Amino acid sequence: MFAYYLDLALRSLKRTPVLTALMVLAIGLGIGASMTMITVLHVMTADPLPGRSAHLYVPHLDPLPLTYQQPETAPEPNDSLTWPDAMALLRAHRGVRQAAMAGGTLLLTPQLANLQPFDITGRYATTDFFAMFGVPFVAGSGWTSADDAARAHVVVLAESLAVKLFGSENPVGQTVELGNNGSTPNGFRVVGVTRDWAPRPLFYEDTAGKPYTDADKFFLPLSVAVDLKLDFSGNMMGWGRGSGNGWRTSPRISWLQFWVQLDTPTRARAYHQFLIDYSAEQKALGRFQRPATNAKLYSLMGWMAHENLVPEDVRLQFWLAIGFLGVAMLNIVALLLAKFLRRSPEISVRRAMGARKRDIFVQFGIESALIGVAGGLLGLGIAQLGLWSIRQRPDDYAHLAQMDPSMLIGTVALAIVASVLAGLLPAWRACRVPPALQLKTL
Amino acid sequence: MQATTKLLAVDGDSHKTSRPRSLLQETSKVSAMEIRPILATLRRHKLTAVLLTLQVAFTCAIVCNVAFMIVHRVQRVSMPTGIAENQLSVIEVLGTTQGTNPQAQQATDLAALRAIPGVESVVATNGSLPLSQSSSFYGVCPTMQALQQAMQAQALGTACAQPGKYGGSSGLIKTLGLDLVKGRDFHADEFVNDDDPPVAIISEALAQRLYPGQNPLGQALYTGAKNPIRVIGVVKTLLAARLRMPGTDYYTMIYPQLPDDAYVFYVMRSAPQDRARVLQAARVALLKVDPSRLVPASGIHTYTQIRAQYFQRDTTMIGLLIASALGLLFVTALGITGLANFWVGQRTRSIGIRRALGATRGQILRYFQTENFLIVTFGVVLGVLLAVGLNLLLMKHYELARLPLWYLPVGAVALWLLGQLAVLAPALRASHVPPVVATRSV
Repeated sequence: MFAYYLDLALRSLKRTPVLTALMVLAIGLGIGASMTMITVLHVMTADPLPGRSAHLYVPHLDPLPLTYQQPETAPEPNDSLTWPDAMALLRAHRGVRQAAMAGGTLLLTPQLANLQPFDITGRYATTDFFAMFGVPFVAGSGWTSADDAARAHVVVLAESLAVKLFGSENPVGQTVELGNNGSTPNGFRVVGVTRDWAPRPLFYEDTAGKPYTDADKFFLPLSVAVDLKLDFSGNMMGWGRGSGNGWRTSPRISWLQFWVQLDTPTRARAYHQFLIDYSAEQKALGRFQRPATNAKLYSLMGWMAHENLVPEDVRLQFWLAIGFLGVAMLNIVALLLAKFLRRSPEISVRRAMGARKRDIFVQFGIESALIGVAGGLLGLGIAQLGLWSIRQRPDDYAHLAQMDPSMLIGTVALAIVASVLAGLLPAWRACRVPPALQLKTL
Repeated sequence: MQATTKLLAVDGDSHKTSRPRSLLQETSKVSAMEIRPILATLRRHKLTAVLLTLQVAFTCAIVCNVAFMIVHRVQRVSMPTGIAENQLSVIEVLGTTQGTNPQAQQATDLAALRAIPGVESVVATNGSLPLSQSSSFYGVCPTMQALQQAMQAQALGTACAQPGKYGGSSGLIKTLGLDLVKGRDFHADEFVNDDDPPVAIISEALAQRLYPGQNPLGQALYTGAKNPIRVIGVVKTLLAARLRMPGTDYYTMIYPQLPDDAYVFYVMRSAPQDRARVLQAARVALLKVDPSRLVPASGIHTYTQIRAQYFQRDTTMIGLLIASALGLLFVTALGITGLANFWVGQRTRSIGIRRALGATRGQILRYFQTENFLIVTFGVVLGVLLAVGLNLLLMKHYELARLPLWYLPVGAVALWLLGQLAVLAPALRASHVPPVVATRSV
């Protein structure tokens, strides 16, 4: 019976080729636009560290004075930690692992004569960074907490940078000259080389960065960066009196990111309580002014939501695409309804000859599904075109706009769901055409 | 009249086809009387008519808001900067020759750049230009008292403002092509290389904000620096390096400040067609002064490129908004045409009967036009309400302003026109149905 209905549907569609083509085009455009934007949102809010993300948390303290007024366009100062707070949380060691970190851009002076000095971006971090985030090493390892304490001049390089600097030589044990632009560089001993590693989005970076393109090319101990006053890149927010050259260790300037690994929900709750207790203690000491219960603990995905990585424009484009799909679907429903009801005489005859309501429903259902499948296929093509055009944009996230297998399946599923939904009402109305009345008019 | 129009209303329902008495009422005049039978027809096609009405309503709501967003973005993208945009080029240099101080280096560089044929003038800046994104914003107050109040409250209050600050070497006003409407340019002995200049030039917008109703020349700017800064000139228009809040974007001030960094940006003015050549020549000239310095390719731009880059997201968004508005209107027009086509086909016999009974072609044509007008009117009324609702939703979740009410009638008229245009072809087809059809059986 299915083959017969398919044949009927094809005949019916062929009878109105222009209209069929336009219906397919409308639903194709709607599905193409929606899938493009759903894919973009999907990659932008993807889990950056599958398997680890569930155990990673961000402590959030509120050291701001009561009088502080948040300027509308500035980042929130308490999204980063001050040096004293970060060090206190590190020393407390309440998580399985914890690390403080900040971004930096330094001038690298290569030893090879044919290489000009160049800027590289990387991260100042504490020892647990590598184990906590599962950074893959190709040679050597991270530094130890003893290195952190001793302010050892050690560095971990990304593989591409190591190859650029040392070619096929073993980079571990070599020296790299790093320093602020315009000042004398310091020698750093290479202790490890990581695979080129950058989770997407680069969740541990603050909002000043580009989380979809930035990648750390070097890592060195935070204590050394503070010691040598290495240039920092990121949001540095202060309140109250500035402290000039010593700003890095000021209790009133926030610039550090802090992550902690907590393996069970119980430990996470305990850690949150610890943050509240710490805030209460700081408040008792007179350093914090706001309620201790302002202290929060964000999960990794919760933190990404808090940081609001998806730009407003992208969200607007998403809703626009969904609105377009909605209008296109209304359009298809109206057209199919008119088309099916125009065939009321035909339906009457079939009903009078013994076709059940169900048969009529299936027959017209197949006809609408056919339009849906064709629209879905077209939509898949349009979505690829849309993603291609997004990849041509110079935006940070543009290069990620690709469909993975799950999104491909999702597109086809959306097309089928949309077409079945669109066909449901017209097919239902068609199957309710009474047999007798129509026969009379013939 | 009554009966013949009723004939159109029957559509497969044969119970009310004849009421001969009203044949006598046939007139050639088309009047508001036609609306009632049309409504009767639409009631028979309730579901289809409702779907089409909904489609028109959603299209109206979305298109009104999209049009508003387009206008808003176009205004943003076309904001004047106040500088000679198409004559400026910027080149960035990193690092100074060992043993030279930045100012001596700049003097050498400026001389080398000035010698390039086609360069009318050149200045050294720290990289801040309108829409260059790299920016410093300073809190300034018109009086010492206001400054103290602002420091106390840690907020600008009503008296103070936070203008964008520009700085550069001698000749900045002339090179940028700023319109100095009051006062004078800087004297050579006023230039400093710290943040503490004796004098400044401010924009007219800032002058009006800080010193309303007073002559800004000779007034003092209190920034918290050691000494207040005296205002010596006012430029007509100068946009900030970053757009932050509408209304404050033209608050700007210029310091006679030489760049004191290893990073220097040279701004050159030349004829528009010379810019590419001048930039090439500048790179060569700067490397000739000292081959060990960095002149990265990413730091060489015409000002036109800088501006385009700043608004890149907006221009993408404008394109997308226009495309989606046109797409929506197209799909809706398609729906109207498709549906009208079905109805004309379905009613061919009724039309023939009506023609046989004496209706003119014009009456048939106007019947379908009126029918469409009614559907679109219902849609537009609902659409206007939806448009306001959608606007409120967008205002809540996105930074969108209130939709000016005049968009609504304009949107309504646009949809009426679209509906009439879309229905014209099917209606003409209907009006050409010959009366003889009435005598044929289906």
